[in-house]
Amino acid sequence: MNLPAPNSREDLATKPNKFRKHVMEELRGKAFVYFCVLLLVITIFSIVYFIASRGLTPFLSQGVSIKDMLFGLKWKPEGNPPLFGALPFLFGSFATSILAAVIAAPLGFCAAVFMTEIMPKFGKSALQPAIELLAGIPSVVYGFVGLSVVVPFYRDTFPGQGIGIMAGATVLSIMILPTVTTIATDALRSLPNGLKEGSYALGATRWQTIYRMILPTALPSLLTGVVLGIARAFGEALAVQMVIGNAPHIPHSLFESATTLTSIITQSMGNTTSGSLHNNALWSLALILLLMTFLFVFIVRVLERRVKR
Amino acid sequence: MSAQSLTTKDLSVFYGEKQAVKKVSMDFPEREVVALIGPSGCGKSTFLRSLNRMNDLISGARIEGEIWIGDQNICDPGTDVVSLRQKIGMVWQKPNPFHKSIYENIAFGPRYHGIRNRKQLDEIVETSLRKTALWDEVKDRLNQSGLALSGGQQQRLCIARSLAVQPNILLMDEPASALDPVSTAKIEELIAELKKDYTIVIVTHNMQQAARVSDRTAFFFLGDLVEYDDTQKMFTNPSKKSTDDYISGRFG
Repeated sequence: MNLPAPNSREDLATKPNKFRKHVMEELRGKAFVYFCVLLLVITIFSIVYFIASRGLTPFLSQGVSIKDMLFGLKWKPEGNPPLFGALPFLFGSFATSILAAVIAAPLGFCAAVFMTEIMPKFGKSALQPAIELLAGIPSVVYGFVGLSVVVPFYRDTFPGQGIGIMAGATVLSIMILPTVTTIATDALRSLPNGLKEGSYALGATRWQTIYRMILPTALPSLLTGVVLGIARAFGEALAVQMVIGNAPHIPHSLFESATTLTSIITQSMGNTTSGSLHNNALWSLALILLLMTFLFVFIVRVLERRVKR
Repeated sequence: MSAQSLTTKDLSVFYGEKQAVKKVSMDFPEREVVALIGPSGCGKSTFLRSLNRMNDLISGARIEGEIWIGDQNICDPGTDVVSLRQKIGMVWQKPNPFHKSIYENIAFGPRYHGIRNRKQLDEIVETSLRKTALWDEVKDRLNQSGLALSGGQQQRLCIARSLAVQPNILLMDEPASALDPVSTAKIEELIAELKKDYTIVIVTHNMQQAARVSDRTAFFFLGDLVEYDDTQKMFTNPSKKSTDDYISGRFG
């Protein structure tokens, strides 16, 4: 390799063209990145602003009280007087997504343990792609399968029509399984190897090492996966709508028709005129969804901080 | 034979096709410190890890030969590896305290083995920490995370942790190589103290350390045991030329 000649310092000073080229290059790159970031920030803020401005109108100028919406049981937007009780939707959304997480979490954790601790080779080559495949299936297909397999199964097994929160949660649990599993697998893989060896060297069995050492140490990361799964389930509209029955009341059992925030929005959106009270009330529901998403993101942040500690 | 003595007979370790340790036969007398020295990749760590069958955890690793602890050959397929590891403690180069409080780090092993009584656990924690001279430094903050300790303290915590399950033999894989000189000196003092109760095998890259802490020294090269003798003799008058070359720093 040729080392630069000793007079290279003069070269640096006496080549203004090259210097200008470097400056321009930096400038172009900087401008491009700044432009993209600006666009992104504007998009995010305008979405939030738009939803908030429409969603707050019923409370600010159309005489609907926030309390009535959050705790009211009756949703009759075209009635006289119109009623906007969204509690059944809130209940349906929370019930389906949390139940889905309760079903998906143990499955996802066990899949992650299997892929990292028990059969890493088979896990990586077969199970992981299979689970990732689940993430790519369109939600309408999930809904369709739910409607033709899950609902009839519940109808024949339990009292009720089969549709309802349990059917919705079942479909959702399969849909969020990739999220839960992938994050759990990454969390377990990133544990320092020394921890496992340390545990084994104390005379722990594999099972003891997994459930007393590995899972507790990775717990904040595992919960992050669950919360992201719940967030995904909370926002899912189509698949749930197809199997939940869409009756706007709080059901008495898990196998009775119910509804969620997302499905009431998709169902009613086309039947309202923009700017009407009914339409704005749907925006209020969208605002609630948005705020819930913020809450989930916040929880994930808190958990991540615990991981780093 | 006592459960504290350790003997290997023609012990070979393979990683897939590669033979990392070649037919090594050694005697580890009870309550003595044996240092394993040799250049990186000479098989000494692999040899050490096979003594409590930690190599079982590496896929593709295979052991041939015999390892006798007392009158038990632990290479027998019927060996209960889990209770074996309880009897042979291990400490690594990088301190690996669990992400738990100091107390829980120590109590962890005993809990594995079914000790639930709080009083008994308290006692084990205190004795283990006293044995590693850590008690006075941490007794007021047993509930703090083990990760908050300094590197040297973490390493002593890990040693205390392995003592808590009452092993007979301690395996140490370069226990001081990631530590500063003061912490290193403390670990060496500790080793001198611990050999009253435990048989100790230590891998080290530090010749002076080997000379200071061990009663016997074994020199490994390319998977072979080249020479194994009293430390005194190994460092003053080794019988093999390659040992002399390595110890005096002419290669490796």
